[in-house]
Parts: sequence; C-alpha cells; structure tokens
Amino acid sequence: MRNIKLTIDNQVVVVPEGTTILEAAKKVNIKIPTLCHHPDQKIKANCRICLVETGDDNLDTACSTFVREGMKVNTKSKLVRETQLGVLELILANHDQDCLKCVRNGHCELQDLCEKFSISRDDIEIIPPHDIVIDSKAMDLLNPAIVRDYSKCIKCNRCVEVCREVQDASILAGAFRSTDYTVQPAYGKTLSQTLCTYCGQCAVVCPVGAIYEKSEIQQVWDAIDNPNLHVVVQVAPAVRISIGEEFGFKPGTAVTGKTVSALRRLGFDQVFDTNFTADLTIIEEGYELIDRISNHKTLPMITSCSPGWINYMEGFFPEVIDHVSTCKSPQQMFGTLSKTYYSKTRGIHPSKIYSVSIMPCTAKKFEAKRDEMMTNGIPDVDAVLTTRELAKLIKTAGIDFANLKDEEFDNPFGITTGAAAIFGATGGVMEAALRTVYEVLTDKELPEINFYDVRGMEGIKESSVKIGDLEVKIAVAHGLSNARKLMEQVKDGKSPYHFIEIMSCLGGCIGGGGQPICTEKCIKDQRISGIYYMDQNMPIRKSHENPYIQKLYEDFLVEPNSHVAHELLHTHYSARHL
Amino acid sequence: MKRIVSFITENFEKEVLESFEISSGLLRASNMTEDEIIEEISLSGLKGRGGAAYPTGKKLAQSAVFKSDVKYLICNADEGEPGTFKDRDLLKYDALGVFEGMVISALAVRATDGILYLREEYSFLIDELENILSQMRSKKILGHNILDTGLNFDISIFSGAGAYICGEGTSLIESIEGKPGRPRNKPPYTKEQGLFMKPTLLNNVETYAAINAIMKNGYEEFIKYGTEKSPGTKLISLCGNVNSPGTYEIPFGVTLKEIIEKIGNGVKNERNVKFVQIGGISGPLILGKNLDIPFTYEDFDKIDVSMGSGAILVVDDQTDILDFLDAVQAFFKHESCGKCTPCREGNRQLLNVLARMRKGIETESDIVNIERIAKTMKYASFCGLGQTAPTALLSAIKNCPEEIFRRGEQHA
Repeated sequence: MRNIKLTIDNQVVVVPEGTTILEAAKKVNIKIPTLCHHPDQKIKANCRICLVETGDDNLDTACSTFVREGMKVNTKSKLVRETQLGVLELILANHDQDCLKCVRNGHCELQDLCEKFSISRDDIEIIPPHDIVIDSKAMDLLNPAIVRDYSKCIKCNRCVEVCREVQDASILAGAFRSTDYTVQPAYGKTLSQTLCTYCGQCAVVCPVGAIYEKSEIQQVWDAIDNPNLHVVVQVAPAVRISIGEEFGFKPGTAVTGKTVSALRRLGFDQVFDTNFTADLTIIEEGYELIDRISNHKTLPMITSCSPGWINYMEGFFPEVIDHVSTCKSPQQMFGTLSKTYYSKTRGIHPSKIYSVSIMPCTAKKFEAKRDEMMTNGIPDVDAVLTTRELAKLIKTAGIDFANLKDEEFDNPFGITTGAAAIFGATGGVMEAALRTVYEVLTDKELPEINFYDVRGMEGIKESSVKIGDLEVKIAVAHGLSNARKLMEQVKDGKSPYHFIEIMSCLGGCIGGGGQPICTEKCIKDQRISGIYYMDQNMPIRKSHENPYIQKLYEDFLVEPNSHVAHELLHTHYSARHL
Repeated sequence: MKRIVSFITENFEKEVLESFEISSGLLRASNMTEDEIIEEISLSGLKGRGGAAYPTGKKLAQSAVFKSDVKYLICNADEGEPGTFKDRDLLKYDALGVFEGMVISALAVRATDGILYLREEYSFLIDELENILSQMRSKKILGHNILDTGLNFDISIFSGAGAYICGEGTSLIESIEGKPGRPRNKPPYTKEQGLFMKPTLLNNVETYAAINAIMKNGYEEFIKYGTEKSPGTKLISLCGNVNSPGTYEIPFGVTLKEIIEKIGNGVKNERNVKFVQIGGISGPLILGKNLDIPFTYEDFDKIDVSMGSGAILVVDDQTDILDFLDAVQAFFKHESCGKCTPCREGNRQLLNVLARMRKGIETESDIVNIERIAKTMKYASFCGLGQTAPTALLSAIKNCPEEIFRRGEQHA
C-alpha cells in the first residue's frame, strides 16, 4: 500500500493510503474531538464534531475523510474551533442536560466534550436557554433489562449499527425526518414489544445516557438492610476481569479477591462464585452431550448459558430449539441451588434467602425474571446487577476498592476451576466442556488441556477433537450475526458439527452488555488474556475434578442428569412471537 | 411555451409527435466508439444541469472506466427544488429526447440498466413515459443489442416518495434500494459503487436531453451559443412575480434583467424587483439593483452565486424578506433528513431567531448568533441540503442587513 505524506497542524505525517485524518492525527498526538465515531464501527460522520480544515474555507470530518498526498490539515483554526463549538451547541440544544441525575454522569462522551469546550447549558452561546427543546421525554421502562431514555439520545446511530450488523437483531432504527428523527424500534414500539435480545450491546456503545441497564441497586440495598433476609451473592467469571477498570486497574487485571472483599463490606451475608455453577453446568451439559452422541439424539447440541443468545434463538431461530442444551445457565443453576440445597443445609427457608447475582450482562436481568426460572413461585435469582452497577454500589458505599485486601469466596460455592474461569471468554464453555467430556468418555487424561483453536476473537471458530473413536466436530460463534451463520446450517439440517458454543456478545461475556462502558476490541483482547492467565494459574483446571462439585452430587444431586438434577438445573424454551 | 432558442427544446413545438422517429443523435452515436461519444460531449463543454455543474464529459469518462456486468445509469427526475420545473416540461414535451440521451450515455459508459427516478408529484406522466419506452423497445432502441452496437440496455421508471433529499445522488440511490432517503458517506463514490454497490452514472434530466441534442447537431452547433466559459444553452424555470412565468431555453450570457423583462414580460403589476433567488430555494439572493449580471457560470462565480438548476424566482418589493426567509427555513426544517446534527438542529434554531426578528424582539446576541448557526450549518452539514439550507439567509445578511435586522420595529 502506498504511503501518503501530509501535514497536520504543520507537522509532517506519513501514513498508508486509506488512513483517515482522525487516525493520522493520532500518530502525531493530536486528539480530534469525536462523538459518533467508534473504533470498532463503520464510519458514520453524522455528529459532525470532528471537523478539520482541509483547504481554504473548507471543512471536512476527520473521521470520514481519507488522507491525500500533500494535504494540509488544520485541526484548530478559528473556523474549526467555531464550527466545532457550533455543532456541540446544536447537539446540546436538544439534549436533556440534567447531568447530575444521569446514569452516565462522569462517563459521558458528550459531557467530556462540554468540559473540553467549557460550555454548559447556561452558556451555550448561540442558543438561548428558552430555545433548548427536548423533543422527546419518553422513557422505555417496560422490560426488566434495558432502559431507553429518548431525551438523551444524540442520534449518533452507534446502537443502530451494533443492533443490526453485529447482533443481527435490527430492533433499533432511525425513524422520521428532521427534528422528528428518532432512534427507536419500528413503529415506535417499546423494546418489550419487539424481539429484542436484551444483549445490551447498544448500551455499551452509547456515548451518552440514552440506553442503559434497568437498575436494581435499590432492591439490593433494601434486601441488605432487611434483617429478616439472608442475602447471598454470586459473581460471574467475566466480572472479576473487568470491574478493576472502574477503579483504575488495567483491563484484564483479575481483581477477584478485592471483589469478594468489597461484597462482604457491602453487607452480603455470603459471597459465592458463579464459577462453581459454571463447573456444574459443564458436568450437566457434558453428560447431556455424551447422551446425545451415544444415543443418537438431536445433534449438534448448542450451549445455553448466554441469555442474549437464548432470546435471539427463541425469536429468530425457534426451529433449533431441540438442539439447544436444556441446561440452565450458571446464574440460574446457582439461583436454584441457593434456594434448595443451600437453604436446606443452612436451615434457612427459601423465602428468607435473597439471591443476588453480579453479571457482565443485561440479558441476565431478563433471564432471572422468566417464568421458567421460578421454583414454587419464588424466583431463583432475586436481583441481577451488572458489572457497572456493582462498581457504582462500591463507590456509593465509599469502599476504597483498589486498596482492599484479597479475600476468598465462601463455601460451599467457593472452590472453582480454570474450566469455569474461561466461561467468560468466547470458546471458554466449549473448551471447558471438552476437558470434561474427553476424560469422562475415554477415562484417560487429556494429553493437551489447552484448546487453542477455539480461543480468540475470530467470529466463527471450528475444530475437531478425537475422543476415543469419534471425531467430535465443534464450532464456536460469538456475536449474533455470527451465530446466524451457524444456525442457518442447523435449520437446514446441514450443520456438520456435534457441538456448538454460542455467546451473544463479541468476545463472549467479557464483552457483555453490562460491562464497563465503551468496551473496544483492544480492551476485549486484554480481558481475554486475563481470563486465560487465570485459568493457567488455577490448581484445578477441569470441572469434574472440583471436589465440591463431586460432593454436591453425593449429597444432593445423585448423579449428572439425574431426576433431581433435571428438575432443578434444566429448563425448556419456546418460540417468541411478536 | 416561449423560447429564445430551441436547441434542446426543438421538439417542444410538436404538441403530439406524429410519427416516432429515432433521433439522428442516437443513430450517430451508435456508429461511434465510446471514446468518440465522450470526446464529443467533452468538447461541447456541457456541465451537469442538476446544480453541481460538474463537466459532463469528464463524468462520462470517469464512469466508463468501471466495467461491470451490471452498471446502472440513472436519470435524476426528482426535481424537488421549489421553483424548478424545467425537468417536468422536458419529460412532458420531449421525454423521447431524454431517454435517447440516456441510451447515448449508456453507449458511452456501457451501462446495462437505466432508471428514471421520477418524483412522486410527477406520477401523472408515468403512463405516457411508459408508452414511449415501449415504443422505443419495439423500435429496438431499448433492449437487446441496440442498433447492432452490442449494447443491452433498458430503462425502467422508479417513483420516489416525495422527499426533497432524494434529489441528492446517494439519497436517491438509497431510496431506490428501499431504504430511507439519507445521504451516504463517500467514498465509495457512486461511479464505482453506487446503486446496489454497482458502478452507477447519475445525471439530471436536462443533462441527458442536452447530450441527445449535442449528438444530433454536433458540439460545434452547441458552442455557437453562450460564452466561451459557459457554452451552449440552458433551460431556466422562471417564476415568482413575473408576468410570464415558465420554462425557457436561453443561450448563456443573457442578463437577469433581460430575462425578467424580455422573457418574463416584466414584473407583475409593474412593481420593482426586490430580489431574485437563483437555483431554487437552496440558492442565494441577488438584489434588484444588481440584475445586470449575465447568466453565466463565470459571472455568477464572481459574486459567489451558484447557478444551481436554473431556477429564477423573481420577488417584488411587496414581499417582506423576513417572511420569505422564514418560509425558506421552514421548508428546510421540513425536508431535513435528520441524519446530521447541524441540519437537523440548525433549521429549527434559525426559525426561532427569525420568529423573534419578525416580531422585532430579537436580542443583540440573536443578531450575532443567527449568522453563527447558519455558518455552522454551511460548513458542518453532511450533504448539500444542510450546507445550502442557510444560503438564502447568509446572502441576505451579506447583501441587505438593513432589511432584516430591524430591531424594535414591529412587523409580521
């Protein structure tokens, strides 16, 4: 590729052809303001804030303009500064600027720009306060997972792209024209009236506070404050690897011990590990796979632990329901056990146990409220907090997270394995399952415990594993548009695989909709590395070797896929219709 | 229909075409190579008649580079610019000439699929247009191996839904693809990846009609009209407070005064011209005292005026300029697609200030800010719609500030 030489603010830059001005400017340490631009997304150029001068009296958006030989770019001329400010003021003229009560206060890209340009509502120069109109004050609060606050939307279209192109759901779209232009589900429906998967990817890419998780922080405080409730909490594998980012740790830093410690300080009675039920999921799902293979039942079998994927499957591919493992997700297995096994061993009535989960996910909130996830009318999981909500809770409580001493999870749901740890990354469930299925079926130790083929950010990964005489063909997909490709095959009866892992979000749970905001691909990569580093350093790395799992079967569940296991740990699906 | 010249509008005379004759221009082109056709158009100095005034020969040459099994050739008949109606008359009186211009262009760039993008308001023309297309098919100047040139090319009609933005090339393409009419990012450029991501050539109705006329008569005849830098003739849509509004073909070089007085038979009720707006609602204003300017690209360039589609709206001295600007901005607020910030939010803010100005209660900062908002829109908008939405306002601020800033004075 040809190199292009240009000057930006009188500095000479040489970049390959096809580089945008924005990228070229970064090379010489110039940060051009952006808003609709997202490094993992297509060029949009709708917000118009990144204007730079490219010629006499001509401005171009740096995000969408490619460098040309001999170009002279000025990023801070008077015309540039005035026009950028003008654009910013016009955005603010239709934005609810009640920042103090906004969920994104302090994490908002628009707020950052206002700080940079030193403006707030009362000193927007070109628009007097009485001309500031908020077109829509509508809030969509009608589902358990995602809130849409129309008064905050700046129409950048990041959510539309991720919903349509990455997640293949096409729930959000631009409607109407001019000042009526709105990002909304078709025909102005609420999310609950659509096939929204509640994956929350829209919330993660939103630069402002227009889309976010429905908070359950207050319910959790109320439960903790209630002396009659025994409040237990579980922490999902992908949370410990990302929550540190909210407290200044580098992405991919495992802060498991500090998270446990913080949860105890918040007042949870018992702090447990979702990884324990991840191990349990592997046993149940592994035996289900063995049964399906040995008894020639429906194949390929598809994993079921990602609730965004389950919602997508029920809405868009109900034909493949029989292929999906009947295992509940680790969150729900934990919920059930907390109100049965744990309740029994501790002698606390299930109605007195309040079960909280900390999840990297917004769809988990929806999952916990499903009818199938109730036992005798009591929800298995009472409240779900996202990684972001937990961080907020910790900050509210004044806990100095970064300086906490590491603490251990409580037992019996505290001892876990490397197999469970990798649940948080795409390919992890597959790898964990293979570690167990191989050894159960062959009764031999795995020669190589690491399945590198299924790791990494490739959208669809394929491999095959020789187990005894059988060549087990596997595939892993993350991001629902990738899932669609595999599901078309399954639907047509042409899928060559025995076992498929699907994770709703790109990167798996580490890229979930409840994770710290603006998860870019490079951050996902670091979180994934952190996950495998954890796995490598675990004393036990296979689920079936977890001694507490073995004890759980001895004491309570009898054997994998037993009657009681089916009763408590398995579920069923049904087609979702509009 | 009154014309000074009838180079392009030759067939306007004939109310009904007695017999269907293949134009000599098309026959001539069928015996020429692609390069020869493009050369002929280049020599004519023809510029795009939709408003952007890009040299047509150059556009054809750039398009010809992209070879593809499917290559689209679109005729933009979305004529949405208020005050512009010349394309309607071309399609009404000589659609055959337009279609033949399309076939000639298809020969030049080896296009396979022609589309007439017809604005919804012109649906009343569809039956007649379809009739002409089927006659062309029966004469084998559409379809398989046109005039033994080896070209397979047919034309279909696509009716728009009535959005002004769809006159913008990429929005028009989105519209044909079944999407909302909103402009695309460039690159990729239309010539390479346009409709359905295939190479696409897009021209205005008048451009195709002119191509046909030039091929018929030879470029030498065309450049006899006009000036050196603006050769040939141009269709204008003369409207507003004139006695004889209508579509006229004029040679470049006639002054605006001549156009109003001689062609338009003067201002209605013998009033004075306050200003004219050039090129439609997105165009600038030229004050009544400055009408001695010749209608040419080069003379307009000097005063920073874009000729646009050739609309000339004459406004007499009874009209309040603030009322006029308010109507302009209301139009753009209605037609903005909503994609980019400056256009979506800017028009409404301009209207807010204009409303105060009309009441004579504008503040000191309003006077500064109206220009700032307008300039933000001009410099920062995504496409031509938003960039030109404040053109009339900015030109009024520049040319007659005393007319619009009349603080404390009650009007409207």
